[in-house]
Amino acid sequence: MADGSPLAAAIADAHRREWAFVLAATVRVTRDLDLAEECVQDAYARALEHWGRSGIPASPGAWLTTVARRRALDLHRRSARLARSLPLLLDDPYEPDEEPVHEVADDRLRLIFTCCHPALAPSAQVALTLRLVCGLSTSEVARAFLVSETTMAARITRAKKKIAAARIPYRVPSAKELPARTDAVLSVVHLVFTTGHTAPAGERLVRQDLVERALDLARMLRSLLAADREVAGLLALILLTDARRATRVSAEGELLLLAEQDRSRWDGEAIAEGRELVREALRRRPPGRFALTAAIAAVHAEAASFEETAWREIVALYDLLGEVWPSPVVALNRAAAIGFADGPAAGLRELDALAAEPRLATYRYLGAARADFLRRLGRSAEARAAYQEALLLTENAVERAFLADRLEALERSAGSRG
Amino acid sequence: MASYLILIYDDEAALERADQASARALLEAHREFGAANGAAISGGNALRSTESATSIRRDAAGELAVTDGPFIETKEALGGYYLIEAADLDEAIAIAKQVPVRAGGVEVRPIRVFD
Repeated sequence: MADGSPLAAAIADAHRREWAFVLAATVRVTRDLDLAEECVQDAYARALEHWGRSGIPASPGAWLTTVARRRALDLHRRSARLARSLPLLLDDPYEPDEEPVHEVADDRLRLIFTCCHPALAPSAQVALTLRLVCGLSTSEVARAFLVSETTMAARITRAKKKIAAARIPYRVPSAKELPARTDAVLSVVHLVFTTGHTAPAGERLVRQDLVERALDLARMLRSLLAADREVAGLLALILLTDARRATRVSAEGELLLLAEQDRSRWDGEAIAEGRELVREALRRRPPGRFALTAAIAAVHAEAASFEETAWREIVALYDLLGEVWPSPVVALNRAAAIGFADGPAAGLRELDALAAEPRLATYRYLGAARADFLRRLGRSAEARAAYQEALLLTENAVERAFLADRLEALERSAGSRG
Repeated sequence: MASYLILIYDDEAALERADQASARALLEAHREFGAANGAAISGGNALRSTESATSIRRDAAGELAVTDGPFIETKEALGGYYLIEAADLDEAIAIAKQVPVRAGGVEVRPIRVFD
């Protein structure tokens, strides 16, 4: 929407808030994802025309759903198109003449669980979720993941074909499967968030559009799966981490570490909401990985200054996290926290114990963390080598500039001594 | 309903090393699987080891060449299959998870229907 008119704003708003709702309700009529997408796009196009003439309806989502479903029913009757497409399996039969009903909250869950089905490749799950649940265009999804539009279009088409050919059901999983399937959905949303929070490559540190989408998705899940503590944990994690957004880069565009950030500019409202959610998320025994990760973010948010951070508590939380979610990255973060709790020598010992871990061999933060501890221990030559190693693995321009700065400072002091 | 083929991949060497008791136990596990899922199973067989396999493919000159051994050499080789009927992939996966496998796993493939 290029112009700033109220109509354009209303359409953009309805696109962001209602897309999943309208599409999910329409899929139940078409039993075909591509056809449903067409009908929904058509409904948004009609809205632009119709709302301009007759005003914006009280419930844009219901209006769009009715129009998209009507379009789907028209095509259904002409049915030539439907006959050649593979039907999606539905767990409850839908009568084509039925009027739109508003039990559709569940339909969004059906859509999400279909997009995040474990039989789809993780990269396809993320792409489908952004495309079908968030309503992003293929070129937007392609840009978000730094692949060509052709590659992304092929990835999405392949995933849709698998849904149809293997008959991945359009259904909310049974109670028995629900926890594992919900975890898969949360992983997708978390990946969207982390990709936005620190872009793996490119000029900008943060891809705000992706962060916003992740927040939208987490809020949607929170409203649909209110009893799930890990959903609360993920929403808390996103809120508490993103609360630092304004302070992560200086006015000159340089990376600012946690220690250097102006905490008075952290988003107090997001932190308050996040802390409340963390309390709720931790009530599950044992607490899940997102609850614990969010709890760590909350400890940072609660510290008045970097020096006053409760590092012991953070190490203890990482210990718990390592039990429910053993991963080399968790071990690395734990080692870094020990470095702040017990000094750089202790941190370095922990990091060096991880050096043999193959999954960390190309992980840029291992080199960066080692470099920082070595620098603080005055072991400049080794620190320089570690910064150089981290630089080789870092593709984000803002992160690269930070590492290059640190390296240059060490080289300058080495030069002045020598 | 749709048809799916469940392909069973297992470590052949381990199966051959197995003693009689554990071989019997595996056979018994398959019988139990068959009894529990009889309504869904429409076929299935165990295959002889890949040592008995013969592959036929076109060579560089475009001629059909017959060679000894499986089409692809892998540690976990195709050792058997079930043909099942299921409403959707979730149901097929639920059945496939019950297939007795020692060290490997199974692959679920929808059967293609031509109309």
